Amino acid sequence: MRFSNTLRVALRALRRNSMRSVLTALGIIIGVGAVITMVSIGNGAKAQIEAQVAALGTNIITVFPGSFSRGGMHGGFGSAITLTPEDAAAIASEIEGIDGVSPEVRDRTQVLANGLNWSTQVMGESPDYPYIRNWPIVQGGMFGEQEVKSLAKVAVIGRTVADQLFPDEDPIGQTLRIRNLPFRVIGVLGSKGFDMRGSDQDDVVLIPYTSHMRRVSRRTNLSQILIQARDGDRLDRVKQDVEDLLTQRRRGREPDFTVRTQEEIAAARTEASQTMTLLLAAIAGVSLVVGGIGIMNIMLVSVTERTREIGIRLAIGAHGRDVLTQFLIEAILLSSLGGIMGVMLGIGASQFLSYYNDWPVLVSTTSVVVAVSFSALVGIFFGFYPARKAAQLDPIDALRYE
Amino acid sequence: MAAVVQIQDLHKIYESGEVPVHAVRGVSLDIHQGEFVALMGASGSGKSTLMNMLGCLDRPTRGTYHLDGIDIAKLDRNELADLRNQKLGFVFQGFNLLARTTALENVELPMLYGRHRKLSMGEIRDRALHCLEIVGLSARADHFPNQLSGGQQQRVAIARSLVNEPQLLLADEPTGNLDSRTSVEVMGVFQQLNEQGITIVMVTHEFDIAHYCKRNLILRDGVVVRDEPVTNRLIASEEMARLRQAEAAAKLTSTPAA
Repeated sequence: MRFSNTLRVALRALRRNSMRSVLTALGIIIGVGAVITMVSIGNGAKAQIEAQVAALGTNIITVFPGSFSRGGMHGGFGSAITLTPEDAAAIASEIEGIDGVSPEVRDRTQVLANGLNWSTQVMGESPDYPYIRNWPIVQGGMFGEQEVKSLAKVAVIGRTVADQLFPDEDPIGQTLRIRNLPFRVIGVLGSKGFDMRGSDQDDVVLIPYTSHMRRVSRRTNLSQILIQARDGDRLDRVKQDVEDLLTQRRRGREPDFTVRTQEEIAAARTEASQTMTLLLAAIAGVSLVVGGIGIMNIMLVSVTERTREIGIRLAIGAHGRDVLTQFLIEAILLSSLGGIMGVMLGIGASQFLSYYNDWPVLVSTTSVVVAVSFSALVGIFFGFYPARKAAQLDPIDALRYE
Repeated sequence: MAAVVQIQDLHKIYESGEVPVHAVRGVSLDIHQGEFVALMGASGSGKSTLMNMLGCLDRPTRGTYHLDGIDIAKLDRNELADLRNQKLGFVFQGFNLLARTTALENVELPMLYGRHRKLSMGEIRDRALHCLEIVGLSARADHFPNQLSGGQQQRVAIARSLVNEPQLLLADEPTGNLDSRTSVEVMGVFQQLNEQGITIVMVTHEFDIAHYCKRNLILRDGVVVRDEPVTNRLIASEEMARLRQAEAAAKLTSTPAA
């Protein structure tokens, strides 16, 4: 039988039991829809992470303190207390191809002003910090080298802190008390929103790192050092130089620091989200297989129901192959129509999630093509057995079947 | 005249049960072109088994069968299918039309398989319509089987059996599901086709239906016990006229009462 006829017969058979066809295809529809949605969410999350990484600033190299160990006991990552402002100064003066260095000291503490109080991240930084983070100051200005040298009690505050402590007035020139020391507000940072961990980046107070170490936290070590490389092509080279310099400064002691570029940090985060996406897509894939079994089941029912029809066709000259093709086409049609409807469902669900939950989603063409082809394959795989069963029927038995 | 069917010492033994069933025990038979044969016998006489073998739906256990000079023992499953498609036409007791498929599409069905698959859709349509015209149903081409009476459905089935211009038309109790008047109507179609030279073999257990044929074969316990030409043959058109007269008379007598 020619293909157009086979297709017509298959379509008619599916339409005849339209309710049953839709219910059978539902497994595939849901499976494909789930795959498309999951992959879209995963891609969206990945794109968002990439955007956030870019928002952090570009070509940044970060030096983290390494793990501390003494007498066989190992502390966790970042527990070493040997990263010092001198290290930062050495990097600034000796490494080629960098635009800025900021030694960073962080401390979460209560700040007071105006009779209000607020718990926030107090960060000791160098004047380079807003430049490195690509973070504009919208009001006032940043402190300079002079303030760092003189351990000045000046602060630049984030948007959230400004809103919380100075809701009704201009924060510039106001006094902020950190650990009971008065700091003068000289600048307000622009809003940066939430970071990829979901914490509010604007909930921050910047003070000179020297003031932080000597006056506020009384620490001698740094939380990390941020380095701005001049251009992306020499990022790895600069990273290597920083590692060599710090190793040299350790004079043969075990290295107690880690140097990471922005891309390496981003890659680790992206990998985590990709693993999640893969896992969810695998679960959705299982439902595709279940959908395929549903198709096989209903095709077996269909073959039984239409035994007489098969008998008639065989008696008047259909070859086994004709019958096989007919039922196989029907199964493939069922599964690929389900696949197409699933794609529409998946795109719809993705749009819905992005609209109502404000989740970033990104429907990829690859996932659509793969999902539809996979559903057609499911049709071939699960449709073959019932189709072969139909093709091998004996015409006499099939004609007598009631 | 050339023999369409040549059977030599045909046996069929079913081995499926615990005891082998010897359904056909040595039938030898020649059927020539233009014959109109009624195959009769009680149930279990082997007439259906013989019919299935004549229709190339089943293979004999022993003996030879030449259809139009071709030895069917040498053919495989697909070649048998092509033979059924090109040389045979089937009419069944239960009509066996495809449901929810129009009369025309039912008639087109055999042309979708075998060597006819190369015909254009237009040619297929024309030939199917022509066959529906032969059985007098061209006006009902777009009807579905459930919109047709039993006699009309059987005529669609006959049109379907004719569409590939078969050498032999096989009918398995074609009037079994029909009332007497419609049976005469269907037998009229067969007689008309036979006059045009088509060879017909039909199974029936009704003696009066067998009298419309030219030759009667009676089977008992798997062997042919009688093979004779029909002497007082019934002509469908005459019988139909008689029936109409009887009906008119009945109407005349019943009209005053109503």
